[in-house]
Amino acid sequence: MDDAAALLEPLIPALRRYAYALTRNHAAADDLVQDTLERALSHWMLRRRDGALRAWLFTILRNTYINSLRRARRQGEHAPINDDDAHARDGAPDAALGVRDVLATLDQLPEDHKSVLLLVGVEELSYEDASRVLGVPVGTVMSRLSRARQRLRAMLETGRTTMLRRVK
Amino acid sequence: MTAPQMPIGEDDLTALADDRLPAERRPVVAAYLAAHPDVALRVEADMAQRDALRASLAAKFNEPVPSRLRIANIAASRRARLTTRLRLVAASLLLLAIGAAGGWGLRALSLPGAPEPPAAISLAGAAFDAYRTFVVEVAHPVEVRAENEAHLIGWLSKRIGKPLKAPDLGRFGFRLMGGRVLPASSGAAAMLMYDNDLGARLTVYIRADKGAETAFQFRREGDVSTFMWLDRGFGFAISAPLDRTRLLPIAEAVYKETAA
Repeated sequence: MDDAAALLEPLIPALRRYAYALTRNHAAADDLVQDTLERALSHWMLRRRDGALRAWLFTILRNTYINSLRRARRQGEHAPINDDDAHARDGAPDAALGVRDVLATLDQLPEDHKSVLLLVGVEELSYEDASRVLGVPVGTVMSRLSRARQRLRAMLETGRTTMLRRVK
Repeated sequence: MTAPQMPIGEDDLTALADDRLPAERRPVVAAYLAAHPDVALRVEADMAQRDALRASLAAKFNEPVPSRLRIANIAASRRARLTTRLRLVAASLLLLAIGAAGGWGLRALSLPGAPEPPAAISLAGAAFDAYRTFVVEVAHPVEVRAENEAHLIGWLSKRIGKPLKAPDLGRFGFRLMGGRVLPASSGAAAMLMYDNDLGARLTVYIRADKGAETAFQFRREGDVSTFMWLDRGFGFAISAPLDRTRLLPIAEAVYKETAA
C-alpha cells in the first residue's frame, strides 16, 4: 500500500476541490473523497497501468457522487446540501458591484455541464481524460463544453444586468 | 498554392479558451477573431469565467488535507473491516459444513428427483445475479466499452452463437456503456450494460436456452425489476431499478429489436 499512498496522496487536494464544487458542502465533499479513496484502494490491483490514474480517480468520484444523488432522490431525502453556499450568497462584499459568485451560478447547471467545466477548466484534464471520466466520446466533451460555457455566460450576463438595475 | 484551410469550428474556439489550440491553427483562428470581434469577446468571457472558477476554488485546493483522508488511515480502517468480514465468512463456512454434514446424513430420507427449475426462473436468477454483481462496479462495470461497439458486438455474438445487435434505448434515456461475457450453464452469456443521466444502470442478459418459448415474465427483487422471455433457442432478461410499468416498454423495445 505504500506505493498507493505515494501515488494517491498528491492527488487528494484536486479530488477535494472537485468534490466541493459538486456538493458545495465541506463535510459532504470530504465524505465523497473518502469513499473515492476507499474504492480506489479496494480496486488498486485492477487499476489501469497506463498512467491515467487521475482520470480513474475522478471517474470513481463522479460515479460515487451520481449514485449518492440517485439514492438520495429515491429515498426522498432533502439533505441541505447547499447550506454552505447560502452564507456565501448574501453578504458577499462584491455582490453590490454586480459580480455574482461564479460557483453559485455553476450550481444552477446540470451535473454533466458542471463536471465538464470543472474537469477541463479547473482540473485541467485533457479532453481525452475528460471523455474517460464522463464516459462520452471526445467530440461530445467538446460540444458539451461549448454549450456549458454558453449557458454560464448567459446566466452571468443576466445576473450582472439585474444587479446593475438594482444598484441604480 | 496554399492548401485550402479548414473552416473555423466551435472546437477551435473551445480549444483556444482552454489554451490547447494546436500551433498550426493559431494564426487562422487569430485572423478570424480579428475579423469577428464579437466572437473574440465571447472567447475572452469564457477565459475570464474559467479563471474566476479557478480563483474561487483555489482556497479549497490549498486547504490542509484532513487526517481522515490520509491513505494510511483509510488503509488501516479498511484492514480492520476486512478482518471482521473474514471472521464472519469463517463462521458461516463452519455453519455450512455442519449443515452439509447433516444433509448428507439425511440423504436416504429425501425424495428422489427434485424437479428442475423452470427455464425462465433459472434465467431470471442468472440475469439478476449478473445485474447485482456488475451494476455496483464503479471502475470496471464492463469488459469492452461502447466506444468499440462493433468489436463488442462481434465478440459477444461469437461467444453466444447468435448475431447480436445492441438495442438502441436512447429514447428511454439509456445509453450503451458496454458489455461483457459471463459463464452460463449453456456455455456463455452476453451482458450489455446501459446507464442514464441519473446513473441508473440497466442490463440486457442473453444466453442460449433450450426451454420452450415463453411470453414475458416479470420478477422483482428488492428495487430491481426483471422482464424475461425465451425466443427461438435464446433466453433474454432485462433488469433495471425501475418499476414494472416503466420497464415494460423497454423490454418490448428490446424484444422487437432482437426478434427482427
